[in-house]
Amino acid sequence: MYNFEIERPGTIEEAVAALAAEEAQALGGGQTLIPTLKARLAAPAKLVSLSGIAELKGLRREGDRLVIGSGTTHAEVAREAAEAYPALAALAGGIGDPAVRNRGTIGGSLANNDPSACYPAAVLASGATVITSTREIAADDFFQGMFTTALDDGEIITSVSFPVPQAASYQKFEQPASRFALVGVFVAKFADGVRVAVTGASEDGVFRWSEAEAALSEDFSADAISGLSVSPEGMIGDLHGTPEYRAHLVKVLTGRAVAAA
Amino acid sequence: MTKVSMTVNGKAVSGEVEGRTLLVDFLRQGLGLTGTHVGCDTSQCGACVVHVDGKAVKSCTMFALEAEGAHVTTIEGMANPDGSLSTLQQAFQDHHGLQCGFCTPGMIMSAAALLAENPRPSEAEIREYLEGNLCRCTGYHNIVKAIMAASGQDVSSIAAE
Ligand SMILES: Cc1cc2nc3c(=O)[nH]c(=O)nc-3n(C[C@H](O)[C@H](O)[C@H](O)COP(=O)(O)OP(=O)(O)OC[C@H]3O[C@@H](n4cnc5c(N)ncnc54)[C@H](O)[C@@H]3O)c2cc1C
Ligand code: FES
Ligand code: FES
Repeated sequence: MYNFEIERPGTIEEAVAALAAEEAQALGGGQTLIPTLKARLAAPAKLVSLSGIAELKGLRREGDRLVIGSGTTHAEVAREAAEAYPALAALAGGIGDPAVRNRGTIGGSLANNDPSACYPAAVLASGATVITSTREIAADDFFQGMFTTALDDGEIITSVSFPVPQAASYQKFEQPASRFALVGVFVAKFADGVRVAVTGASEDGVFRWSEAEAALSEDFSADAISGLSVSPEGMIGDLHGTPEYRAHLVKVLTGRAVAAA
Repeated sequence: MTKVSMTVNGKAVSGEVEGRTLLVDFLRQGLGLTGTHVGCDTSQCGACVVHVDGKAVKSCTMFALEAEGAHVTTIEGMANPDGSLSTLQQAFQDHHGLQCGFCTPGMIMSAAALLAENPRPSEAEIREYLEGNLCRCTGYHNIVKAIMAASGQDVSSIAAE
């Protein structure tokens, strides 16, 4: 790891000011960034730690929405969202292992937008809003392909506001070595329709499967998608699975998510 | 270099660290507490697990400066005050929960965190909680057995040794 200095601001304003410096980068739980720094894939001059900012932490209900501070750990979401949004809590409780969940944060996961990460599927399927230090970004605009988001330099995620669906489920087919999603599907049923988001499968990162959304909005049952198929074109192919295999999993996991929701 | 202060195993400590100094390096090299091991240095194996403010974390994946003001517990802080092994440590010995012992500090710290949250975990809960702790020797059965025994449960039904 190249050396850098660490700054630990106490407020969002101070963090934003610190991030304005040349080659400064935000530090969430470090569960992705520290391995990246060790591999020298990033070489910031300064890390601005968000862990000392109280206003970025915790969950709260706002009407029929659940708002989660960006610095809230996966373990806290697993525990504290269990009643308000069980499918989201289950997703958080299935990320990595307990030690990773005690440090990793929802904001870090979303900013990173790993194509196999779990949270992007929940945020996109819920039609959540990503709230940053400068604006509000709809989930449909936030994710812009593998490891790419709508965030500008120096912009930090402060919270995520989830509309709570009537029924939902996340089905993750684990890549057995990394335990990330080989493919993961989040299905969320709202009064005005169903949203289906897929992670782990596409070379463009998380995406919505609109044919399944249309079919499930008509009839919310696993049978409703039995006639559909997913094209392997543009799917990830690697030693863990071919594009055809991933395309097949998208349909299987969507069916399971509907059955479990 | 920046000064960092924290409480480790009940004692106030401080030292000078770089931004990039990992908590595990501060513990091992700064404080000479070499019980915490580095197996992979890539957040996979759990040999480096310690408790920070009561929560299990991988100390190879946290900067020392992030533990400023925190209460840290390492394997050196797990024995009874008279130096004898704690119930959990003794159970690992009694049930052959270790062979080479390299993973053991992390296993004990993860198991202790589990028992603090869930004093009588089922076999499945133990196996799930240890997902981030790798052991190359034991095949895990005896580790699971030791944790069951330490929580006062019958271990006769756990898979064969
Ligand atoms: C062993 C292991 C297993 C894992 N398994 C899974 C899994 O199954 N599923 C899964 O989804 N993830 C998994 N992860 C990744 C984990 O969820 C990370 O916690 C997460 O990807 C990053 O969150 P963080 O808070 O640790 O962010 P960091 O690592 O600190 O930061 C990641 C990136 O986000 C930026 N950033 C951080 N916070 C903010 C913010 N508030 N605003 C703007 N930018 C920010 C940083 O600058 C950096 O670029 C795993 C990680 C490990 C080590
Ligand atoms: S040394 Fe920290 S997880 Fe392996
Ligand atoms: S006892 Fe050797 S690695 Fe676990």
